Amino acid sequence: MNIAIASGKGGTGKTTLSATLAFYASQFQTTALLDCDVEEPDANLLLKINVENRYPVNVLIPQVDMDACTGCGKCQKVCQYNAIVLIKARPLVLPELCHSCGGCYLACPEHAIKEIPRPIGTIETGNSNNLFYAAGVLNIGEHITTPLIDEVKKEHRHATLRIIDAPPGSSCPVIHAMEHSDFVILVAEPTPFGFHDVVLAYQVAKSLSIPCGIVINNMVEEYEPLRNFIHNENIPLLATIPHDINIARSTTQDNLIDYMISNYGQHIQNIYEYCTNRVIL
Amino acid sequence: MKPSIQQLAIVSGKGGTGKTSIAASFAKLANQRIVVDCDVDASNMPLVLPHTIIQEIPFFGEKKAVISQDRCRGCGDCVIYCRFNAIKDFYVVEPVLCEGCAVCAMMCPYEAIDMVEHQSGTVVISQSDGQPFLYANMGIGEGNSGKLVSELREKAKSIAEEENYNLIIIDGPPGIGCPVIASITGTTHVLIVTEPTISGIHDLERIVQLTQHFRIPSSVCINKSDISAENRQLIMDICNKNNIPVIGTIPYDEDVIRAQIAGKTVVEYSEGSASQEITKLWQTVQTMLQATIAK
Repeated sequence: MNIAIASGKGGTGKTTLSATLAFYASQFQTTALLDCDVEEPDANLLLKINVENRYPVNVLIPQVDMDACTGCGKCQKVCQYNAIVLIKARPLVLPELCHSCGGCYLACPEHAIKEIPRPIGTIETGNSNNLFYAAGVLNIGEHITTPLIDEVKKEHRHATLRIIDAPPGSSCPVIHAMEHSDFVILVAEPTPFGFHDVVLAYQVAKSLSIPCGIVINNMVEEYEPLRNFIHNENIPLLATIPHDINIARSTTQDNLIDYMISNYGQHIQNIYEYCTNRVIL
Repeated sequence: MKPSIQQLAIVSGKGGTGKTSIAASFAKLANQRIVVDCDVDASNMPLVLPHTIIQEIPFFGEKKAVISQDRCRGCGDCVIYCRFNAIKDFYVVEPVLCEGCAVCAMMCPYEAIDMVEHQSGTVVISQSDGQPFLYANMGIGEGNSGKLVSELREKAKSIAEEENYNLIIIDGPPGIGCPVIASITGTTHVLIVTEPTISGIHDLERIVQLTQHFRIPSSVCINKSDISAENRQLIMDICNKNNIPVIGTIPYDEDVIRAQIAGKTVVEYSEGSASQEITKLWQTVQTMLQATIAK
């Protein structure tokens, strides 16, 4: 079973919940935590699992054999991303703009283009007992994150439960993170920003026809529009976790997951049981 | 000589550190500015800056492939050539997965595939406090957020030139990828808002590397600065090591959330400690920007 955790807004507690839930679940079944927030992967700051493997993720970019190139410009014409431009009848490749579609390679009448790998990030994996971990780490200055997200999701397929920590936002990286999940846990803050953005995340899940449950996090006081939304859309409310400044206060020396389990163990158990029971039913 | 237009981008790496609350307060405090919400995935600034919409411009990102069911003979070549797995059986393009590369259209032996314009969002030009405020509404699950950010910034720049504004305040998205790069390239200064939490520190290091990669002058503001002295010290150490000045510290203050619920900026809503520190921070930022002009 794949469960994605998303929120639209950043900083609502997605990663803390993902890591805690993964740790909790690993007591009962082989669990994987897949950190798909490849721009800022933070899950292992909490889990502290030893990274045993690192490997680069490459995308394909064109390389032009200048001896074979006649300067016809077909490659530039087919490229929808302006990633290949002709300067004085010689093609110049702009790697960061390339989407690796292979169009130029297919279009070149002289077969002067071959595709070569270019690294955009790294996958890190490791495990501790029954808990498996994988994260994508985007290289600094890279634009495109989706190939890295897709790669993270290929990890730890043997795990019976895979928890996907999605990036913030509502655009294509979130789609790639959520896609093929069986269930989405939305993490909402009861504030105008938190509400506005969780609705977007909910719409992404809906567009992929994935059922959702919701966790209200950092609860200080009720936010009426959020309550109404949950009620009107009939989204199961899995837990309400109060605002707790100690979570933010924790340092790298502290064990935040232990703290979460001892203070909010019941909430985590409820979320876990809801998700697992859903599948049995 | 006409003074050049200064662009201040506010980013954070980590989400939820307080970018928008600070940027919206700056918009309120600045006498003469254009403000742009570049977090097109989840734009929150309109929730705290009351505004009147003047114009809504459709934004067309990449085209999308559409297979004509009349002309399609079902050979399946498109499925073989599409690298985005966007063509589903038997034979329909899934728009959210299509990246508009047009390879399927090029390879289809029956010319059964058309590339169709696709509106992926809307650029909104509005007025807040009688001054320009730009943001965007992006369609759910759309790609091209970087391109939409560039479009917003182009629009802001042309309004600045026409109407003689010399400051553009940009509220950036979280992360370090495409939309963040589009939000910070070519800016005068980047203000990084961080918080003394484990992930705040880690994400700060990555966004600092990004601003240094693009050689954009930057400074740091520590929000919720009093929640952990130990973590705050780690932030100071990172900034010292990278020669980035820490130009503001804002204490944790629940008025920030209350202001949001009231639909107001922090500096309007409250005279509390966060409001005071944001005001001080704005004065420092202004002095810093003026120093850049003098250079």
